[in-house]
Amino acid sequence: MSLELQNLSASTPHKVCLFEPVNMVIEKGQIACIMGPSGVGKSTLLNAIGGHLGTGISTGLAITGEVLLNNENITHKAVTQRNIGILFQDPLLFPHLSVGDNLAFGLHASVVGKKQRRAQVEQALEHAQLSGFYHRNPATLSGGQQSRVALMRALLAQPQALLLDEPFSKLDLELRHTMRDFLFTQTQKRNIPVLLVTHDPAEAATVNGPVVVLQPSS
Amino acid sequence: MLTALTTVILAPVVVGFGETLWAAFGILPALGHHNFSMLAWQQLFDLPGFATSLRLSLVSGFVATTIAVMLALVGSAWVYHCPKTTSISSRFKPFLKPLLVPILAAPHAAIAIGLAFLIAPSGWFFRALSPWLTGWELPPNWATVQDLWGLSLIFGLVVKELPFLWLVSLVALKQINVSKQLTLAQSMGYSHITAWYKVIVPQLYPLIRLPVLVVLVYSLSTVDMAQILGPNNPPTLALATMRWYNDTNVHLLLPASAAAVCLGLIIIASLAVWEVAGLLVRHVNSALIRSGKRVAKFNLLASTLSAALPITLMAGLLSLLVLAIWSIAWRWSFPAVLPSSWSFNYWLQLLTHWPLALQHSLIMAFMSSGMGLILAVAWLEVQDRFGGHLYRLTLWFIYLPLLVPQIAFLYGLKVGFLRLGLNGSMATVIWAHLLFVFPYVMLSLIDSWRALDQRYLQVACSLGSSYWRRFWRIKLSLLLRPLLLAWAIGIAVSISQYLPTLMIGAGRVESLTTEAVSLASGADRRLVGVYGLLQALVPMLAYALALFLPKIMTLKNTR
Repeated sequence: MSLELQNLSASTPHKVCLFEPVNMVIEKGQIACIMGPSGVGKSTLLNAIGGHLGTGISTGLAITGEVLLNNENITHKAVTQRNIGILFQDPLLFPHLSVGDNLAFGLHASVVGKKQRRAQVEQALEHAQLSGFYHRNPATLSGGQQSRVALMRALLAQPQALLLDEPFSKLDLELRHTMRDFLFTQTQKRNIPVLLVTHDPAEAATVNGPVVVLQPSS
Repeated sequence: MLTALTTVILAPVVVGFGETLWAAFGILPALGHHNFSMLAWQQLFDLPGFATSLRLSLVSGFVATTIAVMLALVGSAWVYHCPKTTSISSRFKPFLKPLLVPILAAPHAAIAIGLAFLIAPSGWFFRALSPWLTGWELPPNWATVQDLWGLSLIFGLVVKELPFLWLVSLVALKQINVSKQLTLAQSMGYSHITAWYKVIVPQLYPLIRLPVLVVLVYSLSTVDMAQILGPNNPPTLALATMRWYNDTNVHLLLPASAAAVCLGLIIIASLAVWEVAGLLVRHVNSALIRSGKRVAKFNLLASTLSAALPITLMAGLLSLLVLAIWSIAWRWSFPAVLPSSWSFNYWLQLLTHWPLALQHSLIMAFMSSGMGLILAVAWLEVQDRFGGHLYRLTLWFIYLPLLVPQIAFLYGLKVGFLRLGLNGSMATVIWAHLLFVFPYVMLSLIDSWRALDQRYLQVACSLGSSYWRRFWRIKLSLLLRPLLLAWAIGIAVSISQYLPTLMIGAGRVESLTTEAVSLASGADRRLVGVYGLLQALVPMLAYALALFLPKIMTLKNTR
C-alpha cells in the first residue's frame, strides 16, 4: 500500500494555483509530513487528497495533478469510495452518540452481527486504554482520551491511508508525545501510509517518512 | 417581572381555559345552567359528523407536520450539499432565504386563499394546462379544494409551515459543526444523505423540537386554513367547534365548549404521541447507527422528498403571485392564463379611503408587536441581571399559548372579558394578539440575545460607562438586527391572527384577515386578491424594513 501525490495542487476558478505542486510518495507504514505556514493551503491539500473539495460548503476550488492510492488513480473518485480516513485538530466525537457508538459508527460495515461488532468496539476501547467507557458521553472524556477515540474510530473504518490535519495541536506537550506514540503504533500495526500536515517544525521532525514544505505559488 | 408575565400571558390562558371547562361541564350561568352535568359531552358525541371531524383533524395535523418536518430536514441537507459548483442548485442557493421569507411573512389565510386560486378547478394550474392538454373550455367539476379527505388542507399546511421549519433549521445548524462532521463521516464511506441522517439530524432535531411542536399544535387546531382549504361538511374539529360556537342556537354553546376541551385534550395526547414516536425513532436510529451501514435504504424516500421540495416552495410563491394578479385583474375568463383586461380600481379605492380593516390591522399589529418586543427585552434583561431561577419553567409559560389550541381558551376568555365589561373592544383584541405575538418574538430573539458576546459589555464596563449606557449603546445596538427581525415577526403574527380577532372582537373589530377569510367564500376574486395580498404585504414590508434598516445604518456609521 502506498499513497502517491503527483504534481498535486488546487486552483481557483481563475486558474490560479494556491501553492507550488507537490510530489511525494508515502510507503505503507510510513508517516510523511507536509509543512507550511498558516493559510498556505495545507488543509486544502488534505481535502484534495481525501476528496472533500467539492463537498460541504463549496469552495469553488479544483484539483490539478494526481493522487494515486496503491497505484490506482483516485483523483476524481467519489469521496465515499476512496477509503482515506481523516482526523482533524478537534476530535469531533459525535455528541449525540456514546463513546462506544462513536466507534461503532466508524467500524466497517463488513463486520456484521451485533455481538461481533460489539466485541470489535470493546477491543478498540481496550487498545485505547478506555475499557468500560462504552456508555460514556464523549463530552465527559479528557482531551487525550477524546483524541484516542477519534483515532480508533477512523481506523475501525479500515482506511487505506490516513490524513491528519494539525493533529494534537490542542493537546499539551506531554500528552502530545504519548498521543504520537499511540498513533505510530496503531498505524504501523495496520501498515497504512499516513500523511500529517502541521506548521510546527518540531512535529515534522518526529516522522519517519518524507517531509515536504509547501510553498505559496509565485 | 414574573408577576407581570403571569398576569399578561398566563392569566388569560388559564381563565379562558377555566371558563371553557366550566361550560363543557354544564355550568354557564348566562344561559341559566348552574349544575354540573355531562350532558354537553353526550350532546357533542351525538352531533352529526363528530367522529369524522375528529379523524380529519388528527390525519391532517399529523400528516402535514410529518411531511413538513421531513421536507425541512431534507431541505437543510440540500443547502449543505453541493457536488458541483456549477449545478443549478448551487446557483439557486443564494436566493433561498429571500424565497422563503415571503411565504413565512404571509399570513396562513393569505397562503390558503392563494393556494385555492392556484389549485381550484378554475385555478391557475388547470388554466395553464387547458385547453391544449386537457381539452377543457370550462373548469372541471372536481373538488381539488376542500376535498373530503383534507388533502388540500394538508398541502396548504405543508406549503406554509415548510419555510418556517426550514429557516429555523438553518439557524439552528449554525450551532453544529456541520461541514467537518460530514467530511468525517464521508471519509469513513458514508454517503451524503446517510451521513446527514445519522450524524446531523439527531443533533438538529432537539434544537428545532419546540418549533415542530408549535407546528403540530397549529396544524391540529387551525381554523382559518381549514375554512378555506379544508373539507366543509363535516369540517375539521377546530372549525366545527367554531361553527357550533357561532351557531344561532345558543344551546350549542355547551357542546361547543365540550368540543373545545376535547380538542385541548387531543392536542395534549397528540404532543405525547409525537414525543413517544420521537423516542422510538431515536431508539431505532441508534441501532441503525451501530450497524455501520454506509448507504441506508431510504434513497427512494429521500429522492421523493427532494422532488417535493421545489414543488412545495413553488406552490407557496405562485400562491402569492396569483393573489397579486387577481387583485389587478378585470376580465379573466377560463381557461386564459392571464387576465384579458386589467384594472387598478380596487387599489385606487383603497388608497383614497383606507378601509377600517386595514386601519385596525395596522394599529393592532404595531401595538402588539411593540408591546411584545418591550416585554421580551424586559424579560431577557431581568434574567441577565438578576439571574433566573424557574428559568425553564417560565419559558414554558411563555410558549404556553402556542402549545394549546386557540379555540380551547379563546371562548372562555371572551366570557371572562364580558364579565369585566371589556368585550369587543380593540384593547382586548390587542391583548389577545399579544398572547401569540409575545412567544414568537421571544422564540426569535432568545438565541441571538444569549449568543451576544458578554465581553463587549465587560469592555464597556471597564471603560466606565453606566448600566443604562451599556444597555442602550452596546447591548441593544449590537442586537439591532435580531430586535428588528423579532419586531417584524411580531407584526406578521398579529396580522395573521384570525380566531382571536373574531372571537375576542365579537365580530366588531374587523381586520384584514377576518375580512379576507370571510370574503374567501364569496364570489369576487379581485377583492379577495386585494385583501389577501394586503395581508401578505404588510408583514413583508416589516421584514424588508428589518433586513435593510440595519444595513443602511451601518453604512452611515462606517463610511
